[in-house]
Amino acid sequence: MTEEKHPEEQKLQEGDPDTTGHSWDGIKEFNNPLPRWWLWTFYATIVWALIYTVLYPAWPLVSTSTAGILGYSTRGEVAEDISSFEAMNAPVRAEIEEVELAAINPDDNPDLYNYAQQGGEALFMTWCSQCHGSGAAGVQASGYPNLLDDDWLWGGSLDEIHYTISHGIRNEDDLDARYSEMTAFDEILTDEEIDSVVQYVRSISDQEHDSTLASAGEEVFLNNCASCHMDDGTGDRFLGAPNLTDAIWLYGGDVASIEETVRYSRFGVMPPWSAEASDAGRLSEAEVRSLAVYVHSLGGGE
Amino acid sequence: MAALDGHKKIEKNATLLLALSFAVVTVGGVVEIAPLFYLDNTIEEVEGVRPYSPLELAGREIYVREGCYVCHSQMIRPMRDEVERYGHYSLAAESMYDHPFQWGSKRTGPDLARVGGRYSDEWHVDHLTDPQSVVPESVMPAYGYFSDRVIDPEHIGDLMSTHRLVGVPYTDEMIEQAQYDFVQQATDFGDDAVAERYPGAQIRDFDGNPAVTEMDAMIAYLQMLGTLVDFSTFTPDESR
Repeated sequence: MTEEKHPEEQKLQEGDPDTTGHSWDGIKEFNNPLPRWWLWTFYATIVWALIYTVLYPAWPLVSTSTAGILGYSTRGEVAEDISSFEAMNAPVRAEIEEVELAAINPDDNPDLYNYAQQGGEALFMTWCSQCHGSGAAGVQASGYPNLLDDDWLWGGSLDEIHYTISHGIRNEDDLDARYSEMTAFDEILTDEEIDSVVQYVRSISDQEHDSTLASAGEEVFLNNCASCHMDDGTGDRFLGAPNLTDAIWLYGGDVASIEETVRYSRFGVMPPWSAEASDAGRLSEAEVRSLAVYVHSLGGGE
Repeated sequence: MAALDGHKKIEKNATLLLALSFAVVTVGGVVEIAPLFYLDNTIEEVEGVRPYSPLELAGREIYVREGCYVCHSQMIRPMRDEVERYGHYSLAAESMYDHPFQWGSKRTGPDLARVGGRYSDEWHVDHLTDPQSVVPESVMPAYGYFSDRVIDPEHIGDLMSTHRLVGVPYTDEMIEQAQYDFVQQATDFGDDAVAERYPGAQIRDFDGNPAVTEMDAMIAYLQMLGTLVDFSTFTPDESR
């Protein structure tokens, strides 16, 4: 049976493919088939999509959806990931908790020390750097102590650092927190007495000062400040009273900062970190110990 | 080829093509989206999640106004490294009363989904006033003017009514007491009724300034983020 082609379906040249039969204003379209490889890849993706919905959670049903025969779960995967690392770390962490704190040092237990020191650094970045700074240099304007220097308010031995991290300072969450409160002398001393004691503190810390005022301030200091800061102003770590004779200042050693401290006192707070010591604590004993090792290693450890 | 001839009719009739295209897309949408609203394993009710208190809601408005979401996400992904740094991964239920949600899409700053309780109020005041004073390497802009702006709670009840309109279960009592709660929550030793209406609400003068400023609202909001669910009693259902 022969069929006369519609004029619009006629080939333009010999060897051309058929046209689609569409014609718009005389413009025609070749009916080129899709490349075979492309077509088969396309079919394969459709087949794979169907297989995928069987393997993984997909089809919605009445009250739940199909779970997929592989049993995949995002939550399950992260829980598994975490527990596998917990299991790997468990023996080292147990050892950190068991040994004497002083035994975690590079000479006796180099591997344990490395683990604790580096783990401590990661913990420091997560939990401590906000106030003490990522380089542990503290923030003087806010009274967050520098942990790099040799000056310690409450003690710089491993055990003292461990205690401070565990229980914190002046917080209300842990009854064993380190606690002391400086008197605010604004309404106790006269303005002249405050001026003179400020100059006296400047003098014992070898800073520029008014010597007349400073000598008058010595008596004020001995009567009011020496009970905590000691007669010579070197402080008392048992009370967290800072050494006033060195060049290291928690809130600043200029006249204005010292006067602010004398008049209104300061009350820096650190939270407790040990989960054993307080409900507010967030870290395990091994983590607190690692942190103590890290902070001790920063340069000022005693 | 009758079927293809019928197709010609659709192709040549733009309105019919539009209507039928819409019908096809609708079927796809219904199949893919509608089940998410009723399937047990896409809806998870979690104990502890409650609507924002008036003060927290005001802080949240400031958070949105300042575009904090541009640099901070509120979405801890279920991955080990994120869980170690930020805490338990976020649950959908934790943002069920967020309109709009603040999951964000970029972290120039850290994730804030569980920032509540991680810093002291004083730190937040210092940091919002001058971020570089506490984090020298920070690129965050300063928001010191929060301290100067006193908020008049006159319209806070209206804001809550609007949220109720889109599904947040504020009761009539909550909306009636909105202005009272707003002021009480920002006061040291404020009325405990606030915590009864909004369990877990923290009540104190957040910025040390007796007036209720934007700083109070912002810090109240930041300090409650991610604190409502007690993860010591929460057992994740793995099918979700």
